Amino acid sequence: MTASSNSVRAELVEASSSATDPSTGSEPRPGEGRGRTGESDSAARAKPISLAQDIWRRFKRHRLALVGMVILLIIVIGVIIGPWLWTVPINEIDFGARLKPPSLKHPFGTDDLGQDLLARMLYGGRISMAVGLAAMFIAIVVGTIIGAVAGMSRGFIDTALMWLTDLFLSLPQLPLLLLIIYLFRDSLKKIVGPEVGVFVMVVIVIGGFRWMPVARLVRAQFLSLREKEFVEAARALGASRTRQVVRHILPNALGPVIVAGTIDVAAAIIAESTLSFLGLGFPPDIPTWGRMLFDAKDYLDIAPYWALFPGMLIFLTVLSINYIGDGLRDALDPRRVLG
Amino acid sequence: MTLSGTYILRRVLIALPSLLGISVVLFTVLALAPGDPFGDIVSNPNIPAEVAANLRKKFGMDDPVMVRYFRWLLAMLQGDWGFSFASRIDVDTLILQRLPTTLLVVGSSQILALLIALPVGVYAATRPYSLFDQIANTLTFVGFSLPTFFTGLMLILVFSIQLDWLPFVYRADITSTGWHFYWDHLKQTIMPVTVLALFQAASWTRYVRSAALDVVKLDYVTTARSKGLKESVVVLKHVVRNAMIPVVTLVALQVPAIFGGAIVTEQIFRVPGIGSLLISAILANDTPVIMAVTFVFSCLVIFFNLLADILYAWLDPRIALS
Amino acid sequence: MNEKQIRGLIEDVRGGKLARRDFMVKLVSLGVTAPMAGHLLLNAGIAQAQTPSTYKPTKRGGGGALKVLWWQGATLLNPHFATGTKDQDGSRIFYEPLASWDKDGNLVANLAAEIPSATNGGLSKDGKSVIWKLKRGVTWHDGKPFTSADVVFNWEYASDPATSAVTIGSYKEMKVEAIDSHTVKITFNKVTPFWATPFVGVQGMLIPKHLFEAYKGAKSREAPNNLKPVGTGPYKFTDFTPGDMVRGAINTTYHQANKPFFDSIEMKGGGDAVSAARAVLQTGEYDFAWNLQVEDEILVKLEAGGKGKVVIIPSGDIEFIQCNFTDPAVEVDGERSSIKTKHPILTDPAVRQALSLLVDRASIQQFIYGRAGVGTADFINNPPRYRSTANKPEFNIDKAMGILEAAGWKKGGDGVREKGGKKLKLLYQTSVNQPRQKTQAIVKQACQKAGIDIELKAVTGAVFFSSDVANPDTYTKLYSDLQMFTTTMNAPDPEIFMNQYCSWEFATKANKWQGRNATRWSNPEYDKAFRAAEGELDPVKRAALFIKMNDMVVQDHAVIPVVSRPRARGANLKLRYSESGWDSDFWALQDWYREA
Repeated sequence: MTASSNSVRAELVEASSSATDPSTGSEPRPGEGRGRTGESDSAARAKPISLAQDIWRRFKRHRLALVGMVILLIIVIGVIIGPWLWTVPINEIDFGARLKPPSLKHPFGTDDLGQDLLARMLYGGRISMAVGLAAMFIAIVVGTIIGAVAGMSRGFIDTALMWLTDLFLSLPQLPLLLLIIYLFRDSLKKIVGPEVGVFVMVVIVIGGFRWMPVARLVRAQFLSLREKEFVEAARALGASRTRQVVRHILPNALGPVIVAGTIDVAAAIIAESTLSFLGLGFPPDIPTWGRMLFDAKDYLDIAPYWALFPGMLIFLTVLSINYIGDGLRDALDPRRVLG
Repeated sequence: MTLSGTYILRRVLIALPSLLGISVVLFTVLALAPGDPFGDIVSNPNIPAEVAANLRKKFGMDDPVMVRYFRWLLAMLQGDWGFSFASRIDVDTLILQRLPTTLLVVGSSQILALLIALPVGVYAATRPYSLFDQIANTLTFVGFSLPTFFTGLMLILVFSIQLDWLPFVYRADITSTGWHFYWDHLKQTIMPVTVLALFQAASWTRYVRSAALDVVKLDYVTTARSKGLKESVVVLKHVVRNAMIPVVTLVALQVPAIFGGAIVTEQIFRVPGIGSLLISAILANDTPVIMAVTFVFSCLVIFFNLLADILYAWLDPRIALS
Repeated sequence: MNEKQIRGLIEDVRGGKLARRDFMVKLVSLGVTAPMAGHLLLNAGIAQAQTPSTYKPTKRGGGGALKVLWWQGATLLNPHFATGTKDQDGSRIFYEPLASWDKDGNLVANLAAEIPSATNGGLSKDGKSVIWKLKRGVTWHDGKPFTSADVVFNWEYASDPATSAVTIGSYKEMKVEAIDSHTVKITFNKVTPFWATPFVGVQGMLIPKHLFEAYKGAKSREAPNNLKPVGTGPYKFTDFTPGDMVRGAINTTYHQANKPFFDSIEMKGGGDAVSAARAVLQTGEYDFAWNLQVEDEILVKLEAGGKGKVVIIPSGDIEFIQCNFTDPAVEVDGERSSIKTKHPILTDPAVRQALSLLVDRASIQQFIYGRAGVGTADFINNPPRYRSTANKPEFNIDKAMGILEAAGWKKGGDGVREKGGKKLKLLYQTSVNQPRQKTQAIVKQACQKAGIDIELKAVTGAVFFSSDVANPDTYTKLYSDLQMFTTTMNAPDPEIFMNQYCSWEFATKANKWQGRNATRWSNPEYDKAFRAAEGELDPVKRAALFIKMNDMVVQDHAVIPVVSRPRARGANLKLRYSESGWDSDFWALQDWYREA
């Protein structure tokens, strides 16, 4: 097969840790690519650059990834410092200002108790963002590790891990959640305090129920990738198992992981609101995005802006995380050319 | 690798103890989970306390978990699924009553989702960052940022309330006859199927696009292109086939849900599917129903994941399963 | 209000000075059920008001399909196993009792020929027996005649512990015998002033002997007719999917002339209250919707759709806050909120009084419950001439602060009051339910202003209202300081409800928290009054005792009433039906019709 020589060359170049872009053919901006290659070669010669620096440089090239990063930063900074700038209390009930559309006094409008939606969005955003990101992180880390281990090993370990995955997929979540609440809530609260306790639990529960698709996808990718020529080549060249996985297979298996990651952020933000209905989440007066969206749904034809803002922010968060993910994959994958 | 009969047989044999293990865990979780099927009876001051005690005894709920598990297992092996505490009828009757509706609504939504996701995802991947790709991307993000309880309601507001085109209360037993019967069924099925299909298609499109993108850049595709093969051939023969691995995984993950139903969407449109049966059983702590539904669900999970493994080897003969 | 005053009111009704209706309203507001109030008049020999029939159709059938929406679907159709109103309502389509309760607490005959009274010889002087005369010419849906043997059988069936019928409570302390083919006699084991429990209302629906005889006792579950009801009602059974759909077709041999109007009925289950309201009020897809527990704001908007309207039916249900008199933070012998402990804050009457001043009932009514929650529900507030000024429902933050201040609760640096090192911090729990969470928010805000720090908690209803011994979040455990829910008064005799403040009803680990007294409030005088009421033969004296007991609880602020919760239903503008807050929604299903 003609492709294999190509691939071997790529791996050879890459194995010499000069981290160039060896791709050919469909490189959209060949001139720029060559220029970069030269530059990086000379840089490598001058002083060895770290992997992180290298990834960051590749990441910067991905324009949408940068845009995503900026949006995400704005949201994160907004929810962190916003409550100090916009000091309207989140639970100030004002029956005189119920269901008011956006105005100067209430830029995002008010809900049916006359509470300021901007203040609630900012405050709730802290929780929703933290829960969404942390739960997503847990789901993809656990899923990737289990999937990778299962995909690389054969026989018993694979079977056992897939059994675990199947088990988690089949568990009825609601009774299990109620069981978890009742078994662990109080002890967890005692150990780490009420706020952190609830947070840790919410994150573990959501993350713990979302890693299975990731594990299956990663495993499937591994099964396929580990037999590909470039991995064979690396194996032939004596690359260790860990190196095969980390440098060759994993970057190519990241695609579904990133997709799963972005979907999981949205799902986790929404799942958090479901949990508080089971009494597992945050107290009922804490306005998280998912909860606000849920509260707003019955008022959709009366006060559409109430649902618009949380929906919009969840969307923007998901969008930016996805672009960051895309950029990250391109940056991690030495063979990636597009973008 | 050869996809031998012995391999499949061995996997099936492994699946049996797996199922048994899962059933133990399921049963234990349900037995330990808080809640009491006779809560209503106990908290109703009109009903003497001994009624609940009697019922518990009658239904064998005071026995240790292990005893109950083996009783359940033995009955299950003989094809007895137990009976519902809430309705006091056999669980299999309850499930069979709702199975056709679930298969129709959830099944067609999954097929529709796949029909959207495959072409859109592949096409977007062959033209990454093109206008088509960008629009498709944005729509998919909207798709999974909005939960089904929200999109369902939006559809109701537009198509049932503003336009008055579609009914939003699903009726499994439509009384009209002839072509009216099919027309009424179609009208009431459109919204729930759309809600589910769009949500599913949104995420599947992302996966398909990403998988196809991974393949597009692989060397042999480049080679195939450089050999002068027609673009459509390249796409169909090389890209789609290799991108199918994640797709098969996802579909295999999703198929059991066709049985399990869609709790939220069924609730919104009052679709009498397995999802709504399951959720009301859970809320009423009707353990035999929960156990039966989840157990069938786990059988399907195991079976389809096994099927996925076999399909991997067929799609990519280099995958060695042993 | 005491016994003398009640007697005065009864005389006022007799003399025509007080409308029968107003008498009912007054007694209900004092914590007595309408059926019991009606009973007082009945026993005083004041004839029942004959509600004039408003039924217009002049022939049976021809009305098309009646489509009703219950957002919890019926799960079984044997009235003796019906656990919730959904099952009772589903069964009531096909089955009928001897008599039902109308909205004013009057008994209306269904399968009885007449309502027993002292004048017609139905009631014995000693209060120990009742004779019911059955309507003649009634047939079951399968054509078999309805006779006294069926009535007797229902008693045998329900009172057999092996049947495990949930209606056993209405049938166990008595003997029922057939005097002739259409007369039955109930003999109570003890004097029973409130005799209209067996065979009446939702507990009294009758099933046919010839189909259930073989399935009495332990085999009760196997009866094929548990799923295929054969009754005497206006509609015959067509089909049933548990949790989803109950359908019936017109009973062309129904025992009341020209009834029913509709050709078929379908009762669809599932979904949520808001979309049920939409289907009736906004799109008119359905004719009637059950229990619209929705913010009134939304209902008003939906009513603008012009297809239907919200119907408010008075009932005895009250949303209230319970104070915990024991300490939920201390564990004694493996149980929190143990009766061996005292609540460090809530045992101070000043705090309870302040809390009651901090519940903004007017706003809760106006902005959350609207028509479906009347904020002036303080039991003692009605009627005006007996109003006790000390218990006027009042929202007054300043006054609450004054009371707390005077009791020694001083504001600390963080704005939270404290006394003797104890912070005025309370955990306030309720079930997950939008209006309840909003009420929590309103109460919390007022408390905050007064220097009380409230932590909110919402528990999913399936857990909160369960009797699960292992779960710490059930309402009978009350492992929090305050909790809020609705206490329902749908049983006609209030005695069953009043035991929830008796000291022997403490919910404790020893009785697996099945005791009814969750607040663990007790008062020897209350206990005495309850015991007295149990043995009281004179219904007026008995009612006065109940009112006195109610006063004790509310005046001590052991519970803080929030709003009374009339039933909210949605009905098509053209649908004509009569509602009752004391019986099933279908108590007069045969009279439902649609105006052209």
